[in-house]
Amino acid sequence: MTTKVVTIASGKGGVGKTTAVANLAVALAQDGRKVVCIDGDIGLRNLDVVMGLENRIVYDLVDVVEGRCRLRQAMIRDKRLPELFLIPAAQTRDKNAVSPSDMVRLCDELRQECDWIIIDSPAGIERGFRNTIAPADKVIIITNPEVSAVRDADRVIGLLEADGKTDQGLIINRVNQAMVKRGDMLSVDDVLDLLAIELLGIVPEDENVIVGSNRGTPIVLDGKSKASQAFMNISQRLQGHKVPFIDLEEQTGLWNKLTKFARGGE
Amino acid sequence: MDFLNRVLGHPPKSAKNAKERLQLVLINDRTDITPAVLEILQAEIIEVISRHVDVDPDSVRIDIEHEGRSQRLIADIPLRSVPRRRAG
Repeated sequence: MTTKVVTIASGKGGVGKTTAVANLAVALAQDGRKVVCIDGDIGLRNLDVVMGLENRIVYDLVDVVEGRCRLRQAMIRDKRLPELFLIPAAQTRDKNAVSPSDMVRLCDELRQECDWIIIDSPAGIERGFRNTIAPADKVIIITNPEVSAVRDADRVIGLLEADGKTDQGLIINRVNQAMVKRGDMLSVDDVLDLLAIELLGIVPEDENVIVGSNRGTPIVLDGKSKASQAFMNISQRLQGHKVPFIDLEEQTGLWNKLTKFARGGE
Repeated sequence: MDFLNRVLGHPPKSAKNAKERLQLVLINDRTDITPAVLEILQAEIIEVISRHVDVDPDSVRIDIEHEGRSQRLIADIPLRSVPRRRAG
């Protein structure tokens, strides 16, 4: 297959970019693809801790760009999935240590040897964002159903359009269906109405995400929680499969479990 | 439901509030046209049109509508009917 470079951006910080990168990379690798993820947040690296690979860093993205090591040397192999790699960001440098053309060159080299390149964009719309957008074939915009996150996502979508990056997909993360039902949270339809781009996935709010990041184990590795199912579905859609969006309405109470059991269960 | 809430004195649901506010904010962000700019635009359009035809300034409406991610400026300018002059 031809390699696809996917960048995950949001504008606003803290909406789940790094979590999404880690989980999509793991999900694609679990499907037997060779995946390299790149932390584009130079100076504020985090993808390494979320993936549980922080103790293995020797070289980073800036070392590659500045020629202190070969590309292979900066690719950290995941401890669980042999076809998953991380190129960490430099922690003691700033965004200006890398240029958009550096990123394009680096990804062109990586295209020779892997199926997917997933890039974690920093918050904001400045140099770091530009760096991570430059090599992207597709940009995933991730947002939360919340005014500031939606507004920033709209800014990012506008900038991408101006840049000719038209292959876009939207992930709405941290949907709390109880609040939506109460009328106290924007629904998926509301957000789609406002942003008017293609929906790639819906991820429910899920405590397991924090538990996973505490342990350095992206949730799709255990695969049981609702959010992990959502990320696996997104990975399927990225690979061109049609997968229905998850049912946020599904209840987990005792009565529902019983009726489900009575109906033959799932 | 809205009516019932109003009668009972409940405030409207916050999600509805969020959506309405975002709709306005996003139009400003995308077009750089703030409500203040829109007002200036309206006054100047009325001025230009009034030089040639008789319009009622109070019934002129200038709005931004959006369809998907593109927006358009819509001007609704009702003309005052001119009493027909009697011939001769």
